[in-house]
Amino acid sequence: MRARAAAAQVALVATVAFAVWYLASNTAQNLEARKIASGFGFLTREAGFEIGETPFLAYGAADSYARAILVGLINTFRVALIGVALATVLGTLLGLARLSHNWLLSKFAAGYVELVRNVPLLVQLFFLYAVITENLPGPRDALSPLPGVFLSNRGIAFPVLQPHAAHAWIGAALLAGAVLAWLVARWARRRQALTGRPFPILAAGTALVLGLPLAAFLAAGAPLALARPELQGFNFAGGAVLSPEFATLLGGLTLYTAAFIAEIVRAGVQAVDRGQFEAAFSLGLPRPHTMRLVILPQALRVIIPPLTSQYLNLTKNSSLAVAIGYPDLVSIANTTMNQTGQAIEGIALIMAVYLTISLSISALMNWYNQRIALKGAPA
Amino acid sequence: MKVGHAIAAGAVAALFSGALHAQSTLDAVKSKGYLQCGVNTGLAGFSAPDSRGAWKGIDVDACRAVAAAVFGDATKVRFTPLTAQQRFTALQSGEVDVLARNTTWTITRDTSLGLNFVGVNYYDGQGFMVPKKLKVTSARQLNGATICVQPGTTTELNLADYFRANGMSFKPVVIEKLEEVTNAYFSGRCDVFTTDVSGLVSTRSSRAPNPADHVILPEVISKEPLGPVVRHGDDRWFDVVKWTLFAMLEGEELGLTSKNIEQNLASTNPSIQRFVGASGDIGKMLALDNRWAYNIVKQVGNYGESFEANLTPLGFDRGINNLWTKGGLMYAPPIR
Repeated sequence: MRARAAAAQVALVATVAFAVWYLASNTAQNLEARKIASGFGFLTREAGFEIGETPFLAYGAADSYARAILVGLINTFRVALIGVALATVLGTLLGLARLSHNWLLSKFAAGYVELVRNVPLLVQLFFLYAVITENLPGPRDALSPLPGVFLSNRGIAFPVLQPHAAHAWIGAALLAGAVLAWLVARWARRRQALTGRPFPILAAGTALVLGLPLAAFLAAGAPLALARPELQGFNFAGGAVLSPEFATLLGGLTLYTAAFIAEIVRAGVQAVDRGQFEAAFSLGLPRPHTMRLVILPQALRVIIPPLTSQYLNLTKNSSLAVAIGYPDLVSIANTTMNQTGQAIEGIALIMAVYLTISLSISALMNWYNQRIALKGAPA
Repeated sequence: MKVGHAIAAGAVAALFSGALHAQSTLDAVKSKGYLQCGVNTGLAGFSAPDSRGAWKGIDVDACRAVAAAVFGDATKVRFTPLTAQQRFTALQSGEVDVLARNTTWTITRDTSLGLNFVGVNYYDGQGFMVPKKLKVTSARQLNGATICVQPGTTTELNLADYFRANGMSFKPVVIEKLEEVTNAYFSGRCDVFTTDVSGLVSTRSSRAPNPADHVILPEVISKEPLGPVVRHGDDRWFDVVKWTLFAMLEGEELGLTSKNIEQNLASTNPSIQRFVGASGDIGKMLALDNRWAYNIVKQVGNYGESFEANLTPLGFDRGINNLWTKGGLMYAPPIR
């Protein structure tokens, strides 16, 4: 019986392997027969097109397709990382608002969730994009809500710190402060476990994390020169600009995903038995301690797995950027495919990248989930 | 076990059916009874649905002419609207039989995409459109401008080349759908919209809230010969589509129109006799009915008629798209 089962497994694997091999060789043969170029050689060729947003990595039309695709990948990461952070914060606030005893607040949160969750994301993106580009004035009569900040249909231009040698030191001080704070927290926990004497971890940690960079900043003579955006010719030069495409995509993804996260957070908190609150209070634990030590660890166990799905969704939804012209990975890869005609390679590249990103997020969240899971309980 | 077998058998069957794709396109088109033609999603004058949902334009006419040649019935066409990015894959994969979608003929596309350009049905060049209120008079003044452009086009590459060659910089806003990218331009998201001059003229007259507010700059920065495309490696089909295009040009040169070709069936001019199929067997050489060219002109019209019906109302000038006998570039090899 066991031998038969094993044989079936082997046969299945062999069939799948054959199918994959056949598909690949058949495709290669057909491409050859129709004289369609194949292979990844195109990646080193000159791309020849410009990209609207190239943060962190200089790029020009003379650079290679590989570099263009890397720029697209960075753009995807940029919107996904910021989107995940913002959606988590907004979603948590909305979820807690839904649980609030304030009637107006909880109904507002419920209305928001129902409205946003039930309209397709693509439609929301088109709507947001139209609102931004149709309603805001051109750059020559841009709104200026704050000195140095300009709001126009070219995006939000705002001042940034002029690079200064001391900034590296301030960064190093921030890092050192974080490491010291972590060490202090570890020492304090051990001492409390041994002697029962508490230590103001939060205050000490904040002082270290903020104080050290502040000291470095003051020691360097407080270098606070700003690069301000100014209207030059057609557009703003200097400072930094958040493009309407980025703002639309980030806003759309954040608002949409936050609605789902709100429901997950609400479900997580409601999953914790009322008795847990009462037990904690009857032990004399203050409310913040009750939340942090009793309720949250239990709620998180319910929250983390569906939250992972939402993070994955947000990252994958960022490919809707194509529709509104944000140069993300899919947008750049599409252009590459069309200029080179090598659709199979391009799609394979997109799939490989998204698979890698998604599996990485999953791995990270699974690791975190295991850390907070009940020790000894089945995962 | 049984499930595994079924899945494997299904997968293998699907693969084999994909492998046998080498049938001639002409036979395939004849046996399915209609032509599947890839066109633009909506570029007035080239291919756009009119108020009653019927496709109109010179690219649409190129497809209708092929149907007239193959079936003797110009209505046996189904249109597949394609974006710039979808067009080549749609043709490569066999989703469409012909691609007539204002597509520029370049050596890369002709050699590495597995496609063949059959000829040119519109000689074009790339230009820039700007709002009048910016008071720009030359493309040389566009340094630093934000420019709306469609991805995966020769336009996108020419744009980068032109600014590089002139030491200028620009910010591209790249949106795939023509409707969305022109909306972005008209809403002021971009200072400039760039595409082929024909596309600018068409967009300005069909989509601008007030066409007089926009000017097309004098510089034409590239050659854009637009024409129908077929798959590489099917020479008979290539011949059919190529000579359909030539027949429209030859018809105009011979003075044959949809109105007068009926009377010319009895013409004594030997060129016209060959053209309408009264003498010779040119149709058979193409594996078509001997009246193939007659059907094209009778049902669709000659090239000039198609131009006047679709492009002249939008303000297009014949210009270099006139016949060679009238100082243009349109020239068909002899039909004999």
